Amino acid sequence: MPTATEFNFLESIASIAPVVGLTVMAVVILLLDAYLGAQHRRGIAYVASFGTAAVAFTPFIWPPVEQTVFWGGTIVYDGVTQIFQVMVCLAGAIACLMAIDDRGTRNRGEYHLIVVISTLGACLLVAANDLIMIFIALETVSIPLYILASFQRKSERSAESGLKYFLFGSFASAILLFGFSLLFGFSGQTNIALIAEALVRGDIVGDTLPPVVIALTMVLVGFGFKVSVVPFHFWTPDVYEGAPTPVTAFVSVASKAASFALLLRFLVVVFPQSLVLQGQEMQAIWVNLVAIAAVLSMIIGNVLALRQSNLKRLLAYSSIAQAGYALVGVAALQSGDPTYGVSSTAFYLFMYTFSNLLIFAGIVLFTEATGSEEIRDLAGLQRRSPMLALAMTISLLSLAGIPPAAGFFGKFFLFQAAVNSNLTGLAMIGVLTSIVALYYYLIVVKVMWVDPGQDEDKPIAIGAPYGWALAISSVVVLFLGVIPSQIIDWARAGAEAIQIALRTGLL
Amino acid sequence: MPPLWMYLVVAAALFSIGTFGVLARRNGIAVLMSVELMLNAVNINLVAFWRFTAPMEVNGFAFAAFVFVIAAAEAAVGLAIIISIYRTRRSVIPEEADALRG
Repeated sequence: MPTATEFNFLESIASIAPVVGLTVMAVVILLLDAYLGAQHRRGIAYVASFGTAAVAFTPFIWPPVEQTVFWGGTIVYDGVTQIFQVMVCLAGAIACLMAIDDRGTRNRGEYHLIVVISTLGACLLVAANDLIMIFIALETVSIPLYILASFQRKSERSAESGLKYFLFGSFASAILLFGFSLLFGFSGQTNIALIAEALVRGDIVGDTLPPVVIALTMVLVGFGFKVSVVPFHFWTPDVYEGAPTPVTAFVSVASKAASFALLLRFLVVVFPQSLVLQGQEMQAIWVNLVAIAAVLSMIIGNVLALRQSNLKRLLAYSSIAQAGYALVGVAALQSGDPTYGVSSTAFYLFMYTFSNLLIFAGIVLFTEATGSEEIRDLAGLQRRSPMLALAMTISLLSLAGIPPAAGFFGKFFLFQAAVNSNLTGLAMIGVLTSIVALYYYLIVVKVMWVDPGQDEDKPIAIGAPYGWALAISSVVVLFLGVIPSQIIDWARAGAEAIQIALRTGLL
Repeated sequence: MPPLWMYLVVAAALFSIGTFGVLARRNGIAVLMSVELMLNAVNINLVAFWRFTAPMEVNGFAFAAFVFVIAAAEAAVGLAIIISIYRTRRSVIPEEADALRG
């Protein structure tokens, strides 16, 4: 209970250390950008990138302690928060590196400021434990992303991408918020743990099912838009294709990972197994809804990706399918022990974040050299830049789920979690659709390594920032694929902390 | 004072009108206005629930205040994006912006 513990200033500050760090960084970047002028833009980019990467280490300096709830119950800082904060901070750092030479973002210093603020929102979102905090954090992630998507003001495609993202995003927020207002009304509380207690006791709604189901559905629809799962995916391809490539990379990983982290915590805490209304287990209802969305996303995302010729559009459909796989892990929470579901989803998103950043960094380099985003223009890439082709291949293998890249263990842990919680059918569909996915990922690999290209004599140079981005992401993807135990143990420890907190009522 | 259900009916009606507007209107600014209607429905809900179920606590009230602030921030960004698309295309209708397929 938030009131039961004394206010400890040092521990409270440590619990939001990444948020404090990113706030300071945002101010520093704003001042640097205002006073240094155009010739120092690369320097500002490096400051933003290394600063954000440094912030990613603060959760190790101040690891989670026994008390996990801070700031009057609005912030929860445990192992799951920690792993997701590291993830989004590193994603922000690599997104800053990627923007240095991109034609859509390189001329404007405020790009880095907006990325840092969005990362700040994501760090807050994964730690949010209160409806008000969730809403504020979600908008702190989203509003900067609307600006970033329409960042190339002169480009029709970018402006259109921003408009569509904004309209669908704000619509989704409004639906989510209506669900929140109902939950508040049914419990008189905004703290998610207290909402669950009030619902279980039946303080206000008593034993009636329909209102709670309506609230649950609205919340799930809102999150469905944010993580782009079928049937709420239709904005994704246009937004991903039209936005500047570094922005697409950031949108596809940071906001998605943070929203998933919140979805996991929200569903486990607010609608626990003990919540039974009119003889109907709430958990069974949301597991069914999530499982349906997962099946639809895996099938529709992968099938529609088959006929794409634009690489960014292909990755948009691929990311819809990947969100479907991550939802398998969310559905696996039904076993009653959230450890497997939470840890496998966290591991999957960790590997997905770095695989996606890796391929998008490659696309930025390729597009800067050739001006094209078409898959057929990748032909002959292995002779133009073998290292670039190698990095992109590692990423595609990881997304497809082939060892030694990380995607193999990502899918393995997910399907294991699904089988452990009696969702064998879901795991089967996952395996079958990932065979379909193999086809379109390997087509891209084949074009890069086998097909003869017209410009094979023009090598593509890899600049220093991109060298760093590609190298770090490749190393992480391969490391996770060879030695997954480090990260999965870390995620399991975090998930067990949630489980213990649920059982003892610490949340 | 009218009972709670009357407030909830008004909020639900506003929310439905807003949802209909988002789905049926083609003009970007009209869609933005519809989203604002939905947010206002949320605020009516929050304040009504706060008054009837937990008037001693400040959380529902604070929630409504934050919804105001963030709706304003969202509208500011949204209008800026709409103006920038109007400058390049002379139109604010998302479907007519078709540089991207779909």
